Amino acid sequence: MSVPTITRRTFLTTGVAGGVVGAAVSVFGFDVQPAAAQARTLKIERTTETRSVCPYCAVGCSVIIHTLGDRSRNVTGTTVVHVEGDPDSPINRGTLCSKGATLRDDIVNERRMTKMLYRAPGADHFEEKSWDWAIDRIAHLIKETRDKRLITQDYKGRSINALTAMAVVGGCTDSNENNYLIQKAFRAGLGVIPVEQQARI
Amino acid sequence: MSPVTSASALQVKAVSASPHTATGIKDVPELTKMIDVSVCIGCKACEVACQEWNDLKVDEIRESPPQTYQTLPDLEYNFWQLIKFNETERDGRLLWTLTKYQCMHCEDPGCLKACPAPGAIVQYSNGIVDFVQENCIGCQFCVTGCPFDVPRISPTTGKVYKCTLCSDRVSAGLEPACVKSCPTNAISFGTREKMLAQAQGRVAQLTADGLDHAAVYNPSGVGGTHVIYVLPHGDETSLYGLPTNPKVTFVNLWKGPLKWLGNLVFAGGIVGVVLHYLRYGPREVDESRHDDVKH
Repeated sequence: MSVPTITRRTFLTTGVAGGVVGAAVSVFGFDVQPAAAQARTLKIERTTETRSVCPYCAVGCSVIIHTLGDRSRNVTGTTVVHVEGDPDSPINRGTLCSKGATLRDDIVNERRMTKMLYRAPGADHFEEKSWDWAIDRIAHLIKETRDKRLITQDYKGRSINALTAMAVVGGCTDSNENNYLIQKAFRAGLGVIPVEQQARI
Repeated sequence: MSPVTSASALQVKAVSASPHTATGIKDVPELTKMIDVSVCIGCKACEVACQEWNDLKVDEIRESPPQTYQTLPDLEYNFWQLIKFNETERDGRLLWTLTKYQCMHCEDPGCLKACPAPGAIVQYSNGIVDFVQENCIGCQFCVTGCPFDVPRISPTTGKVYKCTLCSDRVSAGLEPACVKSCPTNAISFGTREKMLAQAQGRVAQLTADGLDHAAVYNPSGVGGTHVIYVLPHGDETSLYGLPTNPKVTFVNLWKGPLKWLGNLVFAGGIVGVVLHYLRYGPREVDESRHDDVKH
Protein backbone atom coordinates (compact mmCIF):
# COMPACT_ATOMS: atom_id res chain seq x y z
CA MET A 1 0.00 0.00 0.00
CA SER A 2 1.46 3.25 -1.03
CA VAL A 3 0.97 6.37 0.99
CA PRO A 4 0.75 9.48 -1.18
CA THR A 5 3.75 11.57 -0.39
CA ILE A 6 3.23 15.20 0.37
CA THR A 7 6.29 17.36 0.34
CA ARG A 8 6.67 20.15 2.83
CA ARG A 9 6.35 22.67 0.00
CA THR A 10 3.06 21.24 -1.35
CA PHE A 11 1.60 21.08 2.12
CA LEU A 12 2.44 24.72 2.83
CA THR A 13 1.21 25.92 -0.57
CA THR A 14 -2.13 24.15 -0.21
CA GLY A 15 -2.57 25.31 3.35
CA VAL A 16 -1.77 28.94 2.61
CA ALA A 17 -3.97 28.98 -0.49
CA GLY A 18 -6.89 27.47 1.43
CA GLY A 19 -6.41 29.88 4.30
CA VAL A 20 -6.26 32.86 1.98
CA VAL A 21 -9.47 31.84 0.23
CA GLY A 22 -11.27 31.19 3.54
CA ALA A 23 -10.11 34.43 5.10
CA ALA A 24 -11.04 36.40 2.00
CA VAL A 25 -14.50 34.87 2.01
CA SER A 26 -15.14 35.76 5.63
CA VAL A 27 -13.34 39.10 5.89
CA PHE A 28 -14.12 40.62 2.54
CA GLY A 29 -17.82 40.23 2.62
CA PHE A 30 -19.07 36.80 1.63
CA ASP A 31 -21.26 35.40 4.33
CA VAL A 32 -21.36 31.63 4.34
CA GLN A 33 -24.77 31.48 6.00
CA PRO A 34 -27.62 33.66 4.78
CA ALA A 35 -28.75 35.94 7.54
CA ALA A 36 -32.30 35.39 8.64
CA ALA A 37 -34.12 37.07 11.45
CA GLN A 38 -35.73 34.97 14.09
CA ALA A 39 -38.87 36.43 15.55
CA ARG A 40 -40.37 35.04 18.69
CA THR A 41 -43.80 33.57 18.23
CA LEU A 42 -46.70 35.43 19.76
CA LYS A 43 -47.63 33.59 22.93
CA ILE A 44 -51.32 34.51 22.69
CA GLU A 45 -51.63 33.31 19.12
CA ARG A 46 -53.71 30.24 20.01
CA THR A 47 -55.24 31.25 23.30
CA THR A 48 -58.87 31.39 24.35
CA GLU A 49 -59.88 34.87 25.43
CA THR A 50 -62.18 35.22 28.41
CA ARG A 51 -63.37 38.58 29.66
CA SER A 52 -63.41 39.25 33.37
CA VAL A 53 -63.04 41.98 35.97
CA CYS A 54 -59.95 42.63 38.07
CA PRO A 55 -60.66 41.53 41.66
CA TYR A 56 -58.54 44.11 43.45
CA CYS A 57 -59.80 47.66 43.90
CA ALA A 58 -63.12 49.41 43.34
CA VAL A 59 -62.22 50.84 39.94
CA GLY A 60 -63.29 47.58 38.31
CA CYS A 61 -60.93 47.37 35.34
CA SER A 62 -61.93 44.83 32.72
CA VAL A 63 -59.35 42.21 31.86
CA ILE A 64 -58.90 39.59 29.17
CA ILE A 65 -57.63 36.26 30.44
CA HIS A 66 -55.74 34.24 27.83
CA THR A 67 -55.80 30.51 28.40
CA LEU A 68 -54.02 27.75 26.49
CA GLY A 69 -55.76 24.47 25.86
CA ASP A 70 -59.25 24.01 24.51
CA ARG A 71 -62.32 22.72 26.25
CA SER A 72 -62.18 19.16 24.87
CA ARG A 73 -63.13 16.55 27.41
CA ASN A 74 -59.82 14.72 27.06
CA VAL A 75 -57.73 17.82 27.59
CA THR A 76 -56.49 18.69 31.03
CA GLY A 77 -54.05 21.27 32.23
CA THR A 78 -55.58 24.36 30.69
CA THR A 79 -53.41 27.17 31.90
CA VAL A 80 -53.48 30.95 31.97
CA VAL A 81 -50.62 32.34 29.90
CA HIS A 82 -51.42 36.04 29.91
CA VAL A 83 -53.78 38.57 31.45
CA GLU A 84 -54.16 42.03 29.97
CA GLY A 85 -56.52 44.97 30.11
CA ASP A 86 -59.60 44.91 27.93
CA PRO A 87 -59.38 47.76 25.40
CA ASP A 88 -63.17 47.66 24.92
CA SER A 89 -63.79 48.63 28.53
CA PRO A 90 -64.59 52.33 29.06
CA ILE A 91 -63.18 52.01 32.60
CA ASN A 92 -59.56 51.23 31.83
CA ARG A 93 -59.36 51.18 28.02
CA GLY A 94 -56.83 48.37 27.96
CA THR A 95 -54.59 49.63 30.72
CA LEU A 96 -53.89 47.98 34.06
CA CYS A 97 -52.01 49.06 37.17
CA SER A 98 -49.01 47.24 38.58
CA LYS A 99 -51.24 45.09 40.76
CA GLY A 100 -53.73 44.22 38.07
CA ALA A 101 -50.93 43.37 35.67
CA THR A 102 -49.89 40.52 38.02
CA LEU A 103 -53.22 38.71 37.72
CA ARG A 104 -51.71 35.71 35.95
CA ASP A 105 -49.68 34.95 39.05
CA ASP A 106 -52.84 35.31 41.10
CA ILE A 107 -54.34 32.38 39.19
CA VAL A 108 -51.29 30.26 38.36
CA ASN A 109 -49.98 30.03 41.87
CA GLU A 110 -49.18 26.98 43.96
CA ARG A 111 -50.23 28.83 47.10
CA ARG A 112 -53.67 29.58 45.73
CA MET A 113 -56.50 28.14 47.85
CA THR A 114 -58.72 25.86 45.82
CA LYS A 115 -60.75 24.22 48.60
CA MET A 116 -63.17 25.63 51.17
CA LEU A 117 -61.56 25.88 54.60
CA TYR A 118 -63.64 26.22 57.76
CA ARG A 119 -62.56 27.20 61.25
CA ALA A 120 -65.16 26.44 63.88
CA PRO A 121 -65.75 29.04 66.62
CA GLY A 122 -63.02 28.64 69.24
CA ALA A 123 -61.07 26.12 67.15
CA ASP A 124 -57.36 26.62 66.47
CA HIS A 125 -57.25 24.96 63.06
CA PHE A 126 -58.98 24.98 59.71
CA GLU A 127 -60.72 21.96 58.29
CA GLU A 128 -61.76 21.19 54.73
CA LYS A 129 -65.48 21.35 54.07
CA SER A 130 -67.61 21.09 50.98
CA TRP A 131 -69.30 24.06 49.37
CA ASP A 132 -72.73 22.47 49.90
CA TRP A 133 -72.05 22.24 53.60
CA ALA A 134 -70.92 25.87 53.71
CA ILE A 135 -73.92 27.23 51.85
CA ASP A 136 -76.30 25.23 54.05
CA ARG A 137 -74.60 26.53 57.18
CA ILE A 138 -74.67 30.15 55.97
CA ALA A 139 -78.38 29.83 55.13
CA HIS A 140 -79.17 28.36 58.53
CA LEU A 141 -77.24 31.07 60.39
CA ILE A 142 -78.93 33.83 58.37
CA LYS A 143 -82.35 32.37 59.13
CA GLU A 144 -81.50 31.96 62.81
CA THR A 145 -80.12 35.49 63.14
CA ARG A 146 -83.08 37.06 61.37
CA ASP A 147 -85.63 35.13 63.40
CA LYS A 148 -84.00 36.29 66.62
CA ARG A 149 -82.93 39.84 65.86
CA LEU A 150 -85.30 41.39 63.30
CA ILE A 151 -86.53 44.82 64.43
CA THR A 152 -90.06 45.47 63.23
CA GLN A 153 -90.84 48.71 65.08
CA ASP A 154 -88.74 51.82 65.69
CA TYR A 155 -88.71 53.85 68.92
CA LYS A 156 -91.85 55.75 67.89
CA GLY A 157 -93.67 52.53 67.15
CA ARG A 158 -93.52 52.93 63.37
CA SER A 159 -93.30 49.75 61.35
CA ILE A 160 -89.79 49.08 59.93
CA ASN A 161 -87.82 46.14 58.49
CA ALA A 162 -84.30 46.34 59.96
CA LEU A 163 -81.84 43.55 60.65
CA THR A 164 -78.91 45.36 62.33
CA ALA A 165 -77.22 42.18 63.55
CA MET A 166 -75.91 41.30 60.12
CA ALA A 167 -73.88 42.89 57.33
CA VAL A 168 -73.36 41.90 53.72
CA VAL A 169 -70.00 42.15 52.04
CA GLY A 170 -70.14 42.02 48.28
CA GLY A 171 -67.25 42.10 45.86
CA CYS A 172 -65.98 44.98 43.79
CA THR A 173 -66.15 42.78 40.73
CA ASP A 174 -69.87 42.27 41.07
CA SER A 175 -71.84 43.45 38.10
CA ASN A 176 -74.83 45.80 38.25
CA GLU A 177 -77.12 42.80 38.00
CA ASN A 178 -75.34 41.10 40.90
CA ASN A 179 -75.61 44.25 42.99
CA TYR A 180 -79.31 44.59 42.16
CA LEU A 181 -79.88 41.05 43.40
CA ILE A 182 -77.84 41.69 46.56
CA GLN A 183 -79.92 44.80 47.30
CA LYS A 184 -83.15 42.98 46.55
CA ALA A 185 -82.37 39.88 48.59
CA PHE A 186 -80.59 41.36 51.58
CA ARG A 187 -81.71 44.97 51.96
CA ALA A 188 -85.27 44.84 50.66
CA GLY A 189 -85.88 41.21 51.60
CA LEU A 190 -84.04 40.47 54.82
CA GLY A 191 -83.71 44.08 56.00
CA VAL A 192 -79.91 44.17 56.28
CA ILE A 193 -78.74 47.79 56.46
CA PRO A 194 -74.94 47.68 55.97
CA VAL A 195 -74.22 46.44 52.45
CA GLU A 196 -70.60 47.01 51.60
CA GLN A 197 -67.86 45.69 49.39
CA GLN A 198 -64.34 44.61 50.19
CA ALA A 199 -62.56 47.45 48.44
CA ARG A 200 -64.09 50.06 50.72
CA ILE A 201 -63.30 48.32 54.00
CA MET B 1 -31.52 29.87 12.03
CA SER B 2 -35.18 29.56 11.36
CA PRO B 3 -36.78 32.04 9.02
CA VAL B 4 -39.52 34.43 9.98
CA THR B 5 -42.79 32.58 9.97
CA SER B 6 -45.54 34.49 11.65
CA ALA B 7 -43.79 37.82 11.65
CA SER B 8 -44.47 39.21 8.23
CA ALA B 9 -44.21 42.76 9.53
CA LEU B 10 -40.60 42.31 10.56
CA GLN B 11 -38.23 43.17 7.75
CA VAL B 12 -34.55 42.83 8.53
CA LYS B 13 -32.52 45.98 8.10
CA ALA B 14 -29.14 45.05 9.59
CA VAL B 15 -27.62 41.92 11.08
CA SER B 16 -24.58 41.70 13.35
CA ALA B 17 -21.26 40.50 11.90
CA SER B 18 -22.79 40.20 8.47
CA PRO B 19 -22.36 42.38 5.38
CA HIS B 20 -25.94 41.81 4.32
CA THR B 21 -28.20 44.79 4.44
CA ALA B 22 -31.95 44.76 4.02
CA THR B 23 -33.32 41.45 2.88
CA GLY B 24 -36.88 42.72 2.68
CA ILE B 25 -38.49 44.61 -0.13
CA LYS B 26 -41.54 45.99 1.63
CA ASP B 27 -41.65 49.56 2.81
CA VAL B 28 -42.26 49.31 6.54
CA PRO B 29 -43.07 52.39 8.63
CA GLU B 30 -40.62 53.14 11.41
CA LEU B 31 -42.13 52.76 14.86
CA THR B 32 -41.31 54.69 17.98
CA LYS B 33 -42.16 54.54 21.65
CA MET B 34 -42.66 57.91 23.28
CA ILE B 35 -42.25 58.28 27.03
CA ASP B 36 -43.72 61.43 28.51
CA VAL B 37 -41.78 61.79 31.76
CA SER B 38 -44.00 64.68 32.87
CA VAL B 39 -47.07 62.48 33.38
CA CYS B 40 -45.43 59.33 34.73
CA ILE B 41 -46.67 58.58 38.25
CA GLY B 42 -44.21 55.76 38.94
CA CYS B 43 -46.87 53.07 39.37
CA LYS B 44 -44.57 50.49 37.76
CA ALA B 45 -47.40 48.88 35.79
CA CYS B 46 -45.05 48.83 32.80
CA GLU B 47 -42.43 46.92 34.78
CA VAL B 48 -44.97 44.28 35.79
CA ALA B 49 -46.50 44.06 32.32
CA CYS B 50 -43.02 43.55 30.85
CA GLN B 51 -42.17 40.77 33.30
CA GLU B 52 -45.54 39.13 32.76
CA TRP B 53 -45.52 39.25 28.98
CA ASN B 54 -41.92 38.08 28.64
CA ASP B 55 -42.33 35.39 31.31
CA LEU B 56 -39.47 36.83 33.33
CA LYS B 57 -38.98 36.25 37.02
CA VAL B 58 -36.33 37.71 39.25
CA ASP B 59 -34.07 35.06 40.74
CA GLU B 60 -34.64 35.96 44.36
CA ILE B 61 -36.75 38.36 46.36
CA ARG B 62 -34.47 41.12 47.57
CA GLU B 63 -34.94 44.14 49.73
CA SER B 64 -35.40 47.36 47.84
CA PRO B 65 -32.32 49.51 47.52
CA PRO B 66 -32.24 51.81 50.54
CA GLN B 67 -34.00 55.19 50.47
CA THR B 68 -35.65 54.76 47.13
CA TYR B 69 -38.86 53.39 45.69
CA GLN B 70 -37.04 51.67 42.84
CA THR B 71 -37.81 47.99 42.33
CA LEU B 72 -34.17 47.04 41.77
CA PRO B 73 -30.98 49.10 41.68
CA ASP B 74 -30.42 48.44 37.99
CA LEU B 75 -31.52 46.46 34.95
CA GLU B 76 -30.85 42.72 35.01
CA TYR B 77 -30.80 39.96 32.40
CA ASN B 78 -34.31 39.01 33.50
CA PHE B 79 -35.48 42.53 34.31
CA TRP B 80 -35.58 44.50 31.09
CA GLN B 81 -37.01 47.80 32.16
CA LEU B 82 -36.88 49.85 35.30
CA ILE B 83 -38.51 53.02 36.53
CA LYS B 84 -35.68 55.07 37.97
CA PHE B 85 -36.77 57.19 40.92
CA ASN B 86 -34.21 59.95 40.55
CA GLU B 87 -34.20 62.47 43.38
CA THR B 88 -32.65 65.92 43.11
CA GLU B 89 -32.91 68.92 45.40
CA ARG B 90 -33.92 72.02 43.48
CA ASP B 91 -34.62 75.39 45.12
CA GLY B 92 -35.10 73.72 48.49
CA ARG B 93 -37.69 71.33 47.08
CA LEU B 94 -37.56 67.75 45.92
CA LEU B 95 -37.41 67.28 42.17
CA TRP B 96 -38.54 63.75 41.56
CA THR B 97 -37.83 62.63 38.00
CA LEU B 98 -39.36 59.21 37.38
CA THR B 99 -37.75 57.83 34.27
CA LYS B 100 -38.54 54.63 32.46
CA TYR B 101 -35.24 53.04 31.61
CA GLN B 102 -34.84 50.33 28.95
CA CYS B 103 -33.23 49.67 25.57
CA MET B 104 -33.42 52.78 23.39
CA HIS B 105 -33.49 50.90 20.04
CA CYS B 106 -30.98 53.24 18.40
CA GLU B 107 -31.09 53.91 14.69
CA ASP B 108 -27.33 53.41 14.70
CA PRO B 109 -26.95 50.67 17.32
CA GLY B 110 -23.55 50.34 18.98
CA CYS B 111 -24.38 46.81 20.15
CA LEU B 112 -25.05 45.58 16.61
CA LYS B 113 -21.86 47.16 15.34
CA ALA B 114 -19.80 45.61 18.10
CA CYS B 115 -21.34 42.13 17.84
CA PRO B 116 -19.04 39.55 16.19
CA ALA B 117 -21.63 36.73 16.13
CA PRO B 118 -23.51 36.51 12.82
CA GLY B 119 -27.21 37.03 13.35
CA ALA B 120 -27.08 37.50 17.11
CA ILE B 121 -28.27 41.10 16.88
CA VAL B 122 -30.82 42.07 14.29
CA GLN B 123 -32.25 45.46 13.42
CA TYR B 124 -35.64 45.40 11.78
CA SER B 125 -36.82 47.97 9.27
CA ASN B 126 -39.36 49.25 11.77
CA GLY B 127 -36.49 50.26 14.05
CA ILE B 128 -36.53 47.46 16.62
CA VAL B 129 -33.10 46.14 17.62
CA ASP B 130 -33.50 42.56 18.77
CA PHE B 131 -31.13 40.01 20.27
CA VAL B 132 -31.35 36.47 18.90
CA GLN B 133 -30.02 34.42 21.81
CA GLU B 134 -29.72 31.33 19.63
CA ASN B 135 -26.80 32.97 17.82
CA CYS B 136 -25.33 34.81 20.80
CA ILE B 137 -21.84 33.70 21.85
CA GLY B 138 -21.85 35.61 25.12
CA CYS B 139 -18.78 37.72 24.38
CA GLN B 140 -20.44 40.86 25.79
CA PHE B 141 -19.02 43.18 23.14
CA CYS B 142 -22.55 44.60 22.90
CA VAL B 143 -22.35 45.59 26.56
CA THR B 144 -19.20 47.58 25.73
CA GLY B 145 -20.74 48.97 22.57
CA CYS B 146 -24.00 50.19 24.13
CA PRO B 147 -23.89 53.90 25.01
CA PHE B 148 -26.87 53.47 27.34
CA ASP B 149 -25.52 50.49 29.31
CA VAL B 150 -28.54 48.26 28.67
CA PRO B 151 -27.59 44.66 27.69
CA ARG B 152 -27.13 42.22 30.56
CA ILE B 153 -25.58 38.74 30.51
CA SER B 154 -27.25 35.79 32.18
CA PRO B 155 -24.95 33.79 34.47
CA THR B 156 -26.87 30.58 33.71
CA THR B 157 -27.24 30.66 29.92
CA GLY B 158 -24.20 32.86 29.23
CA LYS B 159 -26.21 34.89 26.72
CA VAL B 160 -27.14 38.53 26.67
CA TYR B 161 -30.69 39.80 27.06
CA LYS B 162 -32.51 43.11 26.81
CA CYS B 163 -35.83 44.73 25.94
CA THR B 164 -37.12 43.54 22.56
CA LEU B 165 -39.70 46.34 22.23
CA CYS B 166 -42.03 43.32 22.23
CA SER B 167 -41.05 42.47 18.65
CA ASP B 168 -43.45 39.51 18.85
CA ARG B 169 -46.40 41.74 19.72
CA VAL B 170 -45.41 44.49 17.30
CA SER B 171 -45.10 42.05 14.41
CA ALA B 172 -48.67 40.97 15.13
CA GLY B 173 -49.90 44.54 15.11
CA LEU B 174 -50.07 44.98 18.87
CA GLU B 175 -48.37 47.64 20.95
CA PRO B 176 -45.59 46.64 23.38
CA ALA B 177 -46.78 45.33 26.75
CA CYS B 178 -45.52 48.36 28.71
CA VAL B 179 -47.34 50.77 26.40
CA LYS B 180 -50.58 48.88 26.75
CA SER B 181 -50.52 48.81 30.53
CA CYS B 182 -49.68 52.48 31.19
CA PRO B 183 -52.69 53.98 33.08
CA THR B 184 -51.64 57.63 32.68
CA ASN B 185 -50.85 57.50 28.96
CA ALA B 186 -47.23 58.37 29.70
CA ILE B 187 -46.11 55.81 27.12
CA SER B 188 -47.34 56.02 23.55
CA PHE B 189 -46.48 53.90 20.55
CA GLY B 190 -46.91 54.59 16.87
CA THR B 191 -45.20 55.59 13.66
CA ARG B 192 -42.12 57.72 14.06
CA GLU B 193 -43.61 60.85 12.46
CA LYS B 194 -46.71 60.74 14.67
CA MET B 195 -44.73 60.16 17.84
CA LEU B 196 -42.27 62.95 17.08
CA ALA B 197 -45.18 65.30 16.35
CA GLN B 198 -46.93 64.24 19.56
CA ALA B 199 -43.72 64.78 21.53
CA GLN B 200 -43.29 68.23 20.04
CA GLY B 201 -46.88 69.02 20.97
CA ARG B 202 -46.25 68.01 24.56
CA VAL B 203 -43.07 70.10 24.65
CA ALA B 204 -45.07 73.11 23.44
CA GLN B 205 -47.63 72.53 26.21
CA LEU B 206 -44.92 72.19 28.86
CA THR B 207 -43.18 75.34 27.59
CA ALA B 208 -46.48 77.20 27.81
CA ASP B 209 -46.74 75.96 31.41
CA GLY B 210 -43.45 77.68 32.21
CA LEU B 211 -40.97 74.84 31.74
CA ASP B 212 -38.75 76.75 29.36
CA HIS B 213 -36.24 73.96 28.84
CA ALA B 214 -38.70 71.20 28.02
CA ALA B 215 -37.35 69.15 25.14
CA VAL B 216 -37.61 65.93 23.20
CA TYR B 217 -34.82 63.44 23.92
CA ASN B 218 -33.91 61.82 20.62
CA PRO B 219 -30.07 61.84 20.65
CA SER B 220 -28.54 62.36 17.24
CA GLY B 221 -25.21 60.82 18.31
CA VAL B 222 -26.74 57.37 17.77
CA GLY B 223 -28.75 58.43 14.72
CA GLY B 224 -31.87 59.01 16.79
CA THR B 225 -33.59 56.44 18.97
CA HIS B 226 -36.83 54.54 18.60
CA VAL B 227 -37.60 55.25 22.23
CA ILE B 228 -37.94 58.98 22.69
CA TYR B 229 -38.61 61.00 25.82
CA VAL B 230 -40.39 64.24 26.58
CA LEU B 231 -38.26 65.78 29.31
CA PRO B 232 -39.59 68.74 31.34
CA HIS B 233 -35.98 69.74 32.06
CA GLY B 234 -34.54 68.91 28.67
CA ASP B 235 -31.33 70.85 29.25
CA GLU B 236 -30.32 68.62 32.15
CA THR B 237 -30.61 65.04 30.93
CA SER B 238 -28.51 63.87 33.88
CA LEU B 239 -31.56 64.54 36.09
CA TYR B 240 -33.16 61.59 34.33
CA GLY B 241 -30.08 59.38 34.29
CA LEU B 242 -29.78 59.78 30.52
CA PRO B 243 -26.46 60.53 28.79
CA THR B 244 -26.37 64.04 27.32
CA ASN B 245 -24.79 63.13 24.01
CA PRO B 246 -24.44 59.36 23.63
CA LYS B 247 -22.05 58.18 20.91
CA VAL B 248 -20.64 54.88 19.76
CA THR B 249 -17.11 56.25 19.31
CA PHE B 250 -15.02 53.29 20.40
CA VAL B 251 -16.92 50.67 18.43
CA ASN B 252 -16.99 52.90 15.35
CA LEU B 253 -13.21 53.28 15.54
CA TRP B 254 -12.66 49.60 16.18
CA LYS B 255 -15.09 48.30 13.57
CA GLY B 256 -14.38 51.14 11.10
CA PRO B 257 -10.84 52.47 10.50
CA LEU B 258 -9.04 49.89 12.66
CA LYS B 259 -10.80 47.00 10.98
CA TRP B 260 -9.92 48.24 7.52
CA LEU B 261 -6.36 48.99 8.60
CA GLY B 262 -6.12 45.39 9.80
CA ASN B 263 -7.60 44.11 6.57
CA LEU B 264 -5.14 46.23 4.60
CA VAL B 265 -2.18 44.78 6.50
CA PHE B 266 -3.56 41.30 5.95
CA ALA B 267 -4.19 41.80 2.25
CA GLY B 268 -0.87 43.62 1.87
CA GLY B 269 0.95 40.63 3.32
CA ILE B 270 -0.58 38.29 0.76
CA VAL B 271 0.08 40.68 -2.11
CA GLY B 272 3.66 41.11 -0.88
CA VAL B 273 4.23 37.35 -0.82
CA VAL B 274 2.87 36.99 -4.36
CA LEU B 275 4.95 39.89 -5.67
CA HIS B 276 8.02 38.55 -3.93
CA TYR B 277 7.48 35.16 -5.59
CA LEU B 278 6.99 36.75 -9.01
CA ARG B 279 10.04 38.93 -8.63
CA TYR B 280 12.49 36.51 -7.01
CA GLY B 281 10.93 33.11 -7.74
CA PRO B 282 11.00 30.12 -5.40
CA ARG B 283 13.69 29.91 -2.82
CA GLU B 284 16.79 28.15 -4.11
CA VAL B 285 17.80 25.51 -1.59
CA ASP B 286 21.52 24.94 -1.34
CA GLU B 287 21.81 21.14 -1.70
CA SER B 288 25.36 21.09 -0.35
CA ARG B 289 24.15 22.05 3.12
CA HIS B 290 22.61 18.61 3.81
CA ASP B 291 25.66 17.31 5.59
CA ASP B 292 24.05 17.31 9.08
CA VAL B 293 20.72 15.60 8.05
CA LYS B 294 20.61 11.92 7.10
CA HIS B 295 17.77 10.72 4.85
